[in-house]
Amino acid sequence: MTGTHSALRLGLAGCHSCQLLLRVPARVRSSTLRCPRCGAVVHPRKPRSLSRTWALLLAAYVFYVPAMVLPITRITTLGRLQEDTIMSGVVYFFQSGEWPIGLVIFVASVFVPVLKLLILSLLAVSVQWRSQWRPRDRTRLYRITEMVGHWSMVDVYVVTLLVALVKAGALASIEVGPAAFYFASVVVLTILAANAFDPRLIWDALEEAA
Amino acid sequence: MNASLIACPDCDLLQHKPLVPPGGVARCRRCGAGLYRRVPGGVDRTLALALAGLVLFAVANLFPLLSVRLGEDLVSATLAAAVKALWDQGELALAGLVAGTCIVAPLLVLLSILYVFAPLHFGRLPPAVAPVVRSLHAFQAWNMMEVFLLGILVTVVKLAKMATILPGPGVVAFFMLIFLLAAAATAMDTEAVWARIGIR
Repeated sequence: MTGTHSALRLGLAGCHSCQLLLRVPARVRSSTLRCPRCGAVVHPRKPRSLSRTWALLLAAYVFYVPAMVLPITRITTLGRLQEDTIMSGVVYFFQSGEWPIGLVIFVASVFVPVLKLLILSLLAVSVQWRSQWRPRDRTRLYRITEMVGHWSMVDVYVVTLLVALVKAGALASIEVGPAAFYFASVVVLTILAANAFDPRLIWDALEEAA
Repeated sequence: MNASLIACPDCDLLQHKPLVPPGGVARCRRCGAGLYRRVPGGVDRTLALALAGLVLFAVANLFPLLSVRLGEDLVSATLAAAVKALWDQGELALAGLVAGTCIVAPLLVLLSILYVFAPLHFGRLPPAVAPVVRSLHAFQAWNMMEVFLLGILVTVVKLAKMATILPGPGVVAFFMLIFLLAAAATAMDTEAVWARIGIR
């Protein structure tokens, strides 16, 4: 019974919440299947996985532009206004000799979101083209995007703390720039896109071909 | 249905459940995904960690995370004050996101662990245990305290040139809570909970 077959091919599905194996009735391959043990809705495959992934990815791409271009903080010191973008913050740390922190911000705010968007797009395209290219590595890439995504939130938290401390300390006046909202949206949208993508689709193409 | 079979959550390969030593992880033989763990901890360890976590949660939220010294004045910021500062600037969505990922999600993780594992300690299953355990995974996914801690570190470096920054008692509790939550997640045997519920 076990070989190289997916559960779905044998009319079975694993509950994503408690991993109980269920029999999928021939006609009910939709959203009405419930796990008899934990009560979760069981989807043999996530419904409309690709369209939802693409929709969330496109929204994230669009929001990424204002997130990078617009200022994330507006600081006024002695009547002088200084607007900082995410990139100008990175550059500042590199120039002032604190390159480890600059690197952390660059990786979390620029590198990881772009990498995540590109990996998820690559995965979605490869599934759409029914690619058979290195399925194990593609599944691993998927797991990486699931793991690293939330680290991008670090810049949002830095802005939060800056606003609280600088305001409380009356060092200067600081305002949250519009980029903070767009950037936080990119992070949330890519997390949702990763959730919407179903890695089992990667393997379906191989079984269809076999 | 045969209980010795499992479908991989990542690639859907149907396979026999691999045998693993206590503390080990069973992996899918096709894609390498983690299928399940043999948890050495058990109910009491999970419960103890969650109780300690609740105390640390209170300290982390009631005491300042960071303080700024300006001459004679010492100004402090708690997590709630930071959220409120965002809110006051009209950034309602951001305030909600920060509160959700650093206050609400960890609190709900702790409370749901207590809800499930305290009755289990006395050999009972609480009502509606299944939806609570299912939500627990979602709360864990949106808990981003460790990222916030990195944010604290970056902020300290950023402000170090403008003022004297002092860590508050809250930040110590915050730091310890991250480790406790990770330990509780490792010790938590949800598989045993599912096995107890059985199929109705």
